[in-house]
Amino acid sequence: MLSDFSSSSSVEYTKVAEIKGPIIVVDGITKASFDELVEIETSEGERRLGRVLEVGYGKAIVQIFEGTSGLAITGTKAKFLGKTMVMPVSNELLGRVFDGLGRPNDGLPEPIADKFLDVNGEPMNPERREYPTSFIQTGVSVIDGMLTLVRGQKLPIFSGSGLPHNILAAQIARQANVVGTNEDFAVVFAAIGVQYSEAQYFKRSLEDSGALRRSVLFLNLADDPAIERIITPRVALTVAEYLAFDLGMHVLAILTDMTNYCEALREISAAREEVPGRKGYPGYLYTDLANNYERAGRIKGRNGSVTQVPILSMPADDITHPIADLTGYITEGQIVLSRELFRKGVYPPVNVLMSLSRLMKDGVGEGKTRGDHMEVGNQLYDAYSRSQEVRALADIVGRAGLTGVDLKYLDVGDKFETYYLKQSVDENRNLEETLTRAWDILANLPKGELTKIKDKNIEQYYKEGSKHPTQ
Amino acid sequence: MVAKGKIVWVSGPAVRADGMASVKMYETVEVGESKLIGEVIRLTGEIAFIQVYESTSGLRPGEPVVGTGQPLSVLLGPGIIGKIYDGIQRPLEEIAKKSGAFISKGISTTPIDLKKKYHFKPALKIGENVKAGTIIGTIEETPLLTHSILIPPDSSGGRVIDITGEGDYDLEQIISTIENNGIKFPLKMYHKWPVRKPRPYTERFDPTVPLITGQRVIDTYFPIAKGGTGAIPGGFGTGKTVTLHQIAKWADSKVVVYIGCGERGNEMTEVLVEFPHLIDPRSNRPLMERTVLVANTSNMPVAAREASIYTGVTIAEYYRDMGYDVVLVADSTSRWAEALREMSGRLEEMPAEEGYPSYLASRLAEFYERAGRVRALGSPDRNGSVTIVGAVSPSGADFTEPVTTHTIRFIKTFWALDTRLAYSRHYPSINWMQSYSGYLEDVSKWWTENISPDWYNLRAESYNILQREDTLKEIVRLLGPEALPDEEKLVLEMARMIKIGILQQNSFDKIDTYCGPEKQLKLVNLMVKFYKESLKLLKEGKSLSDIRSMPIIPSLIKAKFEIPDEQVSKLKDLESQMDTQFNEIRSQKEEVELVV
Ligand SMILES: Nc1ncnc2c1ncn2[C@@H]1O[C@H](COP(=O)(O)OP(=O)(O)O)[C@@H](O)[C@H]1O
Ligand SMILES: [Mg+2]
Repeated sequence: MLSDFSSSSSVEYTKVAEIKGPIIVVDGITKASFDELVEIETSEGERRLGRVLEVGYGKAIVQIFEGTSGLAITGTKAKFLGKTMVMPVSNELLGRVFDGLGRPNDGLPEPIADKFLDVNGEPMNPERREYPTSFIQTGVSVIDGMLTLVRGQKLPIFSGSGLPHNILAAQIARQANVVGTNEDFAVVFAAIGVQYSEAQYFKRSLEDSGALRRSVLFLNLADDPAIERIITPRVALTVAEYLAFDLGMHVLAILTDMTNYCEALREISAAREEVPGRKGYPGYLYTDLANNYERAGRIKGRNGSVTQVPILSMPADDITHPIADLTGYITEGQIVLSRELFRKGVYPPVNVLMSLSRLMKDGVGEGKTRGDHMEVGNQLYDAYSRSQEVRALADIVGRAGLTGVDLKYLDVGDKFETYYLKQSVDENRNLEETLTRAWDILANLPKGELTKIKDKNIEQYYKEGSKHPTQ
Repeated sequence: MVAKGKIVWVSGPAVRADGMASVKMYETVEVGESKLIGEVIRLTGEIAFIQVYESTSGLRPGEPVVGTGQPLSVLLGPGIIGKIYDGIQRPLEEIAKKSGAFISKGISTTPIDLKKKYHFKPALKIGENVKAGTIIGTIEETPLLTHSILIPPDSSGGRVIDITGEGDYDLEQIISTIENNGIKFPLKMYHKWPVRKPRPYTERFDPTVPLITGQRVIDTYFPIAKGGTGAIPGGFGTGKTVTLHQIAKWADSKVVVYIGCGERGNEMTEVLVEFPHLIDPRSNRPLMERTVLVANTSNMPVAAREASIYTGVTIAEYYRDMGYDVVLVADSTSRWAEALREMSGRLEEMPAEEGYPSYLASRLAEFYERAGRVRALGSPDRNGSVTIVGAVSPSGADFTEPVTTHTIRFIKTFWALDTRLAYSRHYPSINWMQSYSGYLEDVSKWWTENISPDWYNLRAESYNILQREDTLKEIVRLLGPEALPDEEKLVLEMARMIKIGILQQNSFDKIDTYCGPEKQLKLVNLMVKFYKESLKLLKEGKSLSDIRSMPIIPSLIKAKFEIPDEQVSKLKDLESQMDTQFNEIRSQKEEVELVV
């Protein structure tokens, strides 16, 4: 992307009026456009990239991706490149590693481009979307049975510091794309301000499963420039869209950690002295996030798909924090990790009650998975939710104050956590097994409690007390 | 004279242009070389402040801005139904034909197909004196909908000097001419109307007829009336969209306008995919034949999101003026408010609470005020209504934030969605203690006359059980359920049955998705009867555990999805089983006592 500066329409300016946080104000502007890409050259000859946020009355406000440290009012040159930011794409990207702005950082040359795509993308026309309905088996019971992922969905993981979101995401990436089948799949991984070790874990996991050569990695690590993070998901999703809709692949895009992305946005907004929304985040955070998250889905008449699994850490584990909140308003559900379950040693520590897959209803059922899939999932939710209430009650009034049915729910709650939810990092359960386990749990409840399941499914699958799974 | 100026400043969707002295406030303008569509939202000297409805990426100071002389308007005529538009009435299908799966900028389209021919039947005669709003003639827009061609509401009326005979005409054909003071006004099958201006009517009435949505918690407990207003606030995942989809699917209105304002693309696609296959239970026709969609998804330009609400409500008023009941659902009004906030921020206006402009409340009021049940202009005499239901997406599910608190002031039905209920998979997660309906008394006459004279009492008795449970829950929380006397335990059990069997309703179950008023009433009746009979037994000294283990209980709860509407008489069988089981307990118990 950087090497393509041949454009004759570029104009150079040397009057920097102000440097403030990650932005500079360039004066004496005669020709510059909104969103235009700018190349900055410091007096030492170092080059950086920027983008126009506002232009008018002879001034342009430019955000500098690498930050402004070391920039001076005099001696800084700003070359306006006459175009917006683009990413060169081709199937040669597979197996490659790039930095957060889309430049190779694996020591190999720039891949030969098939075309150059604007990193901002364009909104997908809802009229041309194909509604997502194909079930993806992840081999993780709680996801397949209760939070089904479908092709083209955007389903984030809401996590907290120290929780095993990366392990879960990597497990999904490994198990959802069954290596060796004919499925044309790809993984696009964007590290956004995460530590080297986290990115490395992911890379190794892809390597071990043999998926690395079908992956494209974008790495903006914790010590990389913060403002660059605004671009990282955009280049990654541009590539994901290309692989999916031009080359027909089923792409799984993992973006971690979106919280760092939002913080970069906040930094720009603060430097521009914009009226803040909640917690200092800009009022347009929702729209900005949507511009990334909505880049998932399927298109009528084309083969591929972009399935997004963004990861974000909730500051103070607070789901009402604007980043988690606005994300939940845009994505098609959320997988919420629980510190309590994690402490109990349950992996994956998914708080199912707070979690949701909005597209599950479309991906399961007769002809897709199994006729009882949705109902069993609903009943498990109901039972686990009841068990949590009873658990809280038992803490106060003791077991003696509970009814007989309550005690059964208490038991079912425990079994749910140890026998259904819990599984190992390399355990790949098929759907059949997941559903069997679900019925085994429900067998511990009297038939009359199964109010979410149709009588015909109860007749077929329910065997009261048939099993008392312990582990 | 059209204004011609030059861009002097660009920041996101906001543009300032100089040399615009002759442009009018709210006039649409063409911005830049690629002729992006924009609207003037403030004028200072020769500088026009413009919100641009398309991406401004690449736009540059110095590019031209040209006025159109017209305020932002919609084109109203046959061909609207079944379409999906963007926020400024551009058909997404036409856009797709020009730019493929992704929406490019600078695309111009016509909202309705002016070349399409319709079979027109005149309703006027030469020499008649006509007023604004009078029906010129009719065409079949869809098999479900007769479309009345109206004399535009801003017409001064006159005498009919020409009217075409019955036949097939396209929309550019002049179908009638009226004369007023020697001036001739040719009329076509469509007219334009500015979106920010409410369409006039003759007279307004109080809404008294319920909008039947087939959703039990709505129709039975918190009804909305045709021509009324309602809001459905809730955190993410609580069921706003599903509830609005349900209303759009099953409401007994003639036309549905669905506005997707700053929400997910797939949710619009879902409607597009589903509605053509869903059959309206009353007319047996596909639901798409009465539906129009306005989609400005979250990733589409933010200014057009602001406009989409007005585009939608103007279309709704247009069908109201034909004498139809129209339902408008807007998902989500919070995104519209945020669009206002964003533009206001770029205008550098003084913000009020949470950065929202101080005019947020008045804009909300103006929007909900466009709902109502009215007598339309002109003749023949006809009444129509626009019902407005808006989703509200409070940040952090906190109902004290500005959009929710202001909305509450202007609506009469409030469906409060509850995150805790959603977490426990109680759907729709409408909190029955916080929600209310200002139309309860108004619609009870309809229920009494059309469904059952017991409606009001049954509703009250069942609701009373829920209220009592709410108080008892406090005690249970401290002492456990076993601390309660049997009669109160029965209230808890009863509330559980009502919650699962009546309030919870699964939109995705073939049978449960729609529950007609008759079935609603019968289900409530069964529950209330069960409660009364159980109470009697307890008073007779029978034990609660016998009642609890009655096999009829799961059947009562599941009747909602095991017994379809067409077989509502089967509920009678349930009732007699229930009677039998109660009698068994009576006799059984005596046997036990004999043994002891
Ligand atoms: N009436 C209902 N029946 C079944 N499921 C529901 C119902 N209402 C909501 N849901 C579930 O909750 C999810 C979120 O609902 P949705 O309306 O999309 O929430 P919101 O718009 O408030 O974010 C849905 O995807 C669905 O799984
Ligand atoms: Mg929604």
